[in-house]
Amino acid sequence: MSAATPAAAEPLAARPTRGEVVRRVLQGDLASVRVILGLALIWIIFQSQNSNFLTAVNLTNLMLQITAVGLISVGIVYVLLLGEIDLSVGAVSGLTAAIMAVLNVKHGWNPYLSIAAGVICGMAIGSVQGALFTGFGIPSFVVTLAGLLVWQGALLYVLGDTGTINLTNPKITGLANTFYSDTVGWIMAAIAIGAYTASTLWAWRGRVRAGLADRQLTGPVIRIVIVAAAVIATVAVLNSDRGVPLAVLILVGFVAGMEYIARRTRFGRHVYALGGSAEAARRAGINIHAIRITVFAIAGSMAAIGGIMQASRLLAVNQSSGGNDLLLLAIAGPVIAGTSLFGGRGNVWSALLGALVIGSISNGMDLLNLQSSVKFMVTGGVLLAAVVVDALARRQRQAAGRL
Amino acid sequence: MNANGSLLALKGVSKRFGPVQALQDVDFEVRPGEVVALVGDNGAGKSTLVKTISGIYSADTGTMSFEGHPVSISSPAEAARLGIATVYQDLALCDNLDVVANLFLGREVVSGGLAELTRQLNEVDMEHQSHELLEQLAVTIPNVRSEVGNLSGGQRQQVAVARSLLGEPKVVLLDEPTAALGVAQTAQVLALIKRLRERGLGVVVISHNLADVFEVADRIFVLFLGRPGGTFEASDTTREDVVAAITGARRNGEAAHSDVAEEGG
Repeated sequence: MSAATPAAAEPLAARPTRGEVVRRVLQGDLASVRVILGLALIWIIFQSQNSNFLTAVNLTNLMLQITAVGLISVGIVYVLLLGEIDLSVGAVSGLTAAIMAVLNVKHGWNPYLSIAAGVICGMAIGSVQGALFTGFGIPSFVVTLAGLLVWQGALLYVLGDTGTINLTNPKITGLANTFYSDTVGWIMAAIAIGAYTASTLWAWRGRVRAGLADRQLTGPVIRIVIVAAAVIATVAVLNSDRGVPLAVLILVGFVAGMEYIARRTRFGRHVYALGGSAEAARRAGINIHAIRITVFAIAGSMAAIGGIMQASRLLAVNQSSGGNDLLLLAIAGPVIAGTSLFGGRGNVWSALLGALVIGSISNGMDLLNLQSSVKFMVTGGVLLAAVVVDALARRQRQAAGRL
Repeated sequence: MNANGSLLALKGVSKRFGPVQALQDVDFEVRPGEVVALVGDNGAGKSTLVKTISGIYSADTGTMSFEGHPVSISSPAEAARLGIATVYQDLALCDNLDVVANLFLGREVVSGGLAELTRQLNEVDMEHQSHELLEQLAVTIPNVRSEVGNLSGGQRQQVAVARSLLGEPKVVLLDEPTAALGVAQTAQVLALIKRLRERGLGVVVISHNLADVFEVADRIFVLFLGRPGGTFEASDTTREDVVAAITGARRNGEAAHSDVAEEGG
């Protein structure tokens, strides 16, 4: 086996040449690399303007600021992969957080039950919107635009006369305000790196055994080193301030879990297939209605989880919860980070990367005492630039004979 | 399998869409290891016939039998269960997915053990089977992990045909498989159709291109305005005869060569 495999495997798996890698970065297949370079540029610019930007305290604050948007974006990525849009996630995040708050504060429900009720409401709302969209063939844009209005009204109704509900339950406020000790942080880092290494090597071994990959370990090892370095750097920075926040753990956990579902499971494959060609998916016997409803249910659930984290961080739910620019930032993030608006291309990590880009811009401009007028315009400009890059990548793919 | 060895047989099939009689009293059959070309002018009912066989339409009247047993095919899923696969003209591939993902679309292989809980894909197994299948069919695709959108038209058509075989069908219906292909790519696809015949499948090919039809078909079935316009053995027919039947110049085809269809009934 071991002697015969490399020769047999040679023609099967062509390794990408350097030119191929450059092409993939330009054409958007490796958009993440492009985004990380952009993020590095943003950080360098802000650091040169204000030396407080890249301090542990500020980077920890940045991570806490992006948790809610990042979680909502995870659901948005799934919707974008279908080539659809969900405009209701901001309103849903506000409404479900309010439901949790009312149940916990006014009705004295157990905090975990209240949180679960909020998430289940988000899931139900998403399912209904998904069913309306796929059942009646109404554009998702319209269904969720109507949803945006309805759920915003529902938020005001649920909050009632008081308008604001302060959260005091330590379990709920702890979601965004818990920090782990240095030791626990390093143990978690070790577990994360160990799990990634094991799964990468396991997959590599399976391919070698089946005679599918060449036996060079360079690729997997490089990936493991990059991931390990990123994890260690993050934990080191967080530990030198207050420690690893539970919020970051929740965000990274959802991103990793949902990325696994998108990339490695049958359901995820069907989501990508639907985004590529709904007709092809239907003819292949895929239940496209079920997939669409599930995806919108995921978007609603993630909106609820994001809304609850936001409420936990701000210690309150009020009439403007889930309002303002939350929706737009949650959609802009993944798009900036390379998830296509046209469906079928992208990944869940773009939710995290995009939130980091937007969060960094917002945080950096706060440090520079810029007004929100400037913040909005700059964020809008970055979004526009990212979409133009996406469109150019698409055109390049077409020019190269790829659709 | 019934006495005269037909795999799929339709008898007296009619289909009407409002005022339009799309099919009228059509008898049609395919045998194992046989390529039947379905020809006719635009609107002659070729697509309607194929869609009736593949379960998209149901016939108003007439009977259908598969391997000698009477069947009624009311949905594409049922056709697939019986062993009838259809390759559509517009291919129905997902350009954003790679060759392996397209081949297994809708019938992905799932890992065993714990990973089965999440329906985790068994990429290794699928890639392995893809190599085997493409090798058997002598389809050459440089890298099965390249996106289908990157492939040439001929390669895409071959992927679409190869995909239909994963369900181990007995009859394969091909709708205009060589339309919009260049000369070399057409030759590749025709060669692939011949290999399907060698594997003992019954193959039905809709085509407008008579050169292709004579190249690959054993039997030529002509539809004219929804009615049978004659059946010809490809080996002892001239192109002129077939053209005459297609254009209706020789209708009510005392069908010198329609004996096969008679026999099928």
